[in-house]
Amino acid sequence: MTTAISVQSATRTFGRTTALDRMSFSVASGSILGLLGRNGAGKTTIMSIIAGQDRPTAGRVEVLGGEPFENASVLSQISYVRDNQRYPDDYKLHHVLRIAPDFAPNWDADLAAELAEGFRIPSKTKIKKLSRGQLSSIAIVVGIASRASITLLDEPYLGLDITARALFHEVLIRDYAEHPRTVVLSTHLVEESERLFDQVVIVDRGSVVLDVESDEIQNVAYTVSGTADAVDRVTQGRPVLSTHAVGGLKSATLRGLVDEQVRADARAGGAQLSPVSLQELVAAFGEYEPDATSGVALDGGEPRTPVDSQNGARS
Amino acid sequence: MFTNDSPLFQQIADRIADDIAAGTYPEETAVPSATDFAVFLHMNPATVSKGVNLLVDRGLLYKKRGIGMFVASGARDMLRRARLDEFTQRFVEPLLAEAHVLDIDIDTLHEMISQKVKDHA
Repeated sequence: MTTAISVQSATRTFGRTTALDRMSFSVASGSILGLLGRNGAGKTTIMSIIAGQDRPTAGRVEVLGGEPFENASVLSQISYVRDNQRYPDDYKLHHVLRIAPDFAPNWDADLAAELAEGFRIPSKTKIKKLSRGQLSSIAIVVGIASRASITLLDEPYLGLDITARALFHEVLIRDYAEHPRTVVLSTHLVEESERLFDQVVIVDRGSVVLDVESDEIQNVAYTVSGTADAVDRVTQGRPVLSTHAVGGLKSATLRGLVDEQVRADARAGGAQLSPVSLQELVAAFGEYEPDATSGVALDGGEPRTPVDSQNGARS
Repeated sequence: MFTNDSPLFQQIADRIADDIAAGTYPEETAVPSATDFAVFLHMNPATVSKGVNLLVDRGLLYKKRGIGMFVASGARDMLRRARLDEFTQRFVEPLLAEAHVLDIDIDTLHEMISQKVKDHA
């Protein structure tokens, strides 16, 4: 499988703020990547760079084999609608639908019209007067109807109602199945979208903290819960992502697989072991403080080293 | 509907197998396409295909080129036999183990089951 997007140790600083800190991951051609993480983790920054709207301060980002910034042949194959996309003041829906094909060679006008109707986007209202959800709908229409080889969807759900979110999923999958493309989707609504992903990258503080194929998610971490003593017996000497305690009760999310020794330690104190959902995993990685743990590094390496289970396997 | 216990492709395979065993998809008829399943379940088409391929490998589904996936002849029997094998393991063995813990002898156990069967009749 060829690589569509390759982020190689990309760093982006804004003054004293480091938005990206040697971020690395790659996306296989024709796959759907879920780019997850807390606000400020660097999702929008890396998307802007992949889209060629910004450049890394250091490192390299390649899309379809070239650097996208001011690279017309690459840019024509990328569709990216920012979550705060601005339009000219007098623009209405039809202006957007008329100008979009100029930027998207594979534009499908029929699909765009069908989607605009499905999302019930008002056609006579100026775009600057539309609601947050209606703006998101326009971004989705443009994003999907562009049929670009590289489709970047940054928080496409903002303000969308449940019906519109379901429609978005259906349309995306149907069109993706008929016209395969590489999709990068960032979202906080993990539970609703996780079944779409081939690959999941979790970022935090500008770096990749997890990069796995979807099938591997349940092997990444597990939760142990019970009385504080029982839980501590299991966490002792093992890499802890996050803990919660209320009264005498405690739960902890631990990195790694449940093995016989973990099972035995849990049984000894009467603690329960359970699998961790992707949503819980994102939350746990978002809470993880390298300095606050018992000094046991995640995955046995540097605390902030990305846990990379797939480099080489996919490329 | 979906849980975190096993990979999604395994769950989709189990789900289609359940439907074949129940006769929802009769033998020698087509099952919905991977794309239809994917759109309906809001799931990545590659995940669905992976699940469907597990059933192809087990001989439960077969591909008719250009038409789609069909339920193989004998698929239902095959699934029922597999479940019969599991029945002992999943239900009979734990029952006997628990009966042993509680000192319930085999005659009492027979009697309890017979009584339950009468209650349900």
